[in-house]
Amino acid sequence: MSPTGDLRPSAAEAAPPASGVDRLRQSFFAYSRGQAVVAVLVALLAFAAVTQARLTGENDTYDGLRQAELIQALNGLQSAARKAERDLAALQTTRDQLRSSTQRRATALEQARSELETLGVLAGTVAATGPGIQVTVQDPMRNLSLNHLLDGVEELRNAGVEAIEINDRVRVVAQTAFEDDPEGIEVDGVVLQPPYVLDAIGNPDTLAAALEFQDGFSDDVQQDSGSVSVKKEGRIDVKVTLTPSPPRYAEPVPGQ
Amino acid sequence: MIAIIGLVVGIVLGLVLTPDVPLAMEPYLPIAVVAALDAVFGAFRAFLDGIFDDKVFVVSFISNVLIAAVIVFLGDKLGVGAQLSTGVVVVLGIRIFSNVAAIRRHLFHA
Repeated sequence: MSPTGDLRPSAAEAAPPASGVDRLRQSFFAYSRGQAVVAVLVALLAFAAVTQARLTGENDTYDGLRQAELIQALNGLQSAARKAERDLAALQTTRDQLRSSTQRRATALEQARSELETLGVLAGTVAATGPGIQVTVQDPMRNLSLNHLLDGVEELRNAGVEAIEINDRVRVVAQTAFEDDPEGIEVDGVVLQPPYVLDAIGNPDTLAAALEFQDGFSDDVQQDSGSVSVKKEGRIDVKVTLTPSPPRYAEPVPGQ
Repeated sequence: MIAIIGLVVGIVLGLVLTPDVPLAMEPYLPIAVVAALDAVFGAFRAFLDGIFDDKVFVVSFISNVLIAAVIVFLGDKLGVGAQLSTGVVVVLGIRIFSNVAAIRRHLFHA
């Protein structure tokens, strides 16, 4: 741009004697073709400058970037996306692991709960209901001893009884103790008087047969002038519960 | 006086019209503006030196803009567009500063 662009004078000493400021003052009110041309070009410059300034102001992040810069930005975004996908996969794996461990825990909890119910019925800590029989033992002569009742309970146990209560007052479990008493029979410290009513949950047919076979419980009681009536029920409620007491001497063997 | 009026008219037009720059021209506009700025300052200095010629000003204005645009275009084609734009802006900036220094000496004698 040497021939036209460089407006610097090579010979400043060739300027007329009037100073630049004077010339400026003079030309301020003098009009010439040169001034009109200058005005047009300056207007063009101002127009372009204002437009560019406005564009720069409203540029968003990627507007006006060159191809190489755009490719760089794209690469950056892609690697960010890959990283996000990796994070996503890792988090999903963690979520699945947590979910399956939660499921396992829920299953174990469910098993433990059902085991608790089973053991609760056996240990007499929960009320139980189900099909079974109601055995009523009449003893008008007070001839029956605890052996008769014990026999009956044993026969029921042999037949697979699952829950027994006597006279709606005593639950019969593994630890239940029977003792003779002048008034009747003492079961777990509770004195029971005849008639004895046994509620037994189990298969009604099996339980009934266990009591009524030849020379069995029913015959024994009748020989001692008592009487037995067995009633099969579709639904027997055993409502008496025991409070479990932790064993004082026996400890569970670990690992079993 | 007319030049000042032209400046104001250009600014007002740019603000009022808010023209859309074609996408192909977008990289060249800032460089072109800086180049034209350089020509205007050069012309002002020449005026103060008493050697101003309107033909020279017109030619220098247009050629400045065109050469700046060509340099940026070439730089884009060669893959060094960003660097070359920076170079052009630096060179033009130096020229503007030296011109302004001369103008200052004229106006303030300092």
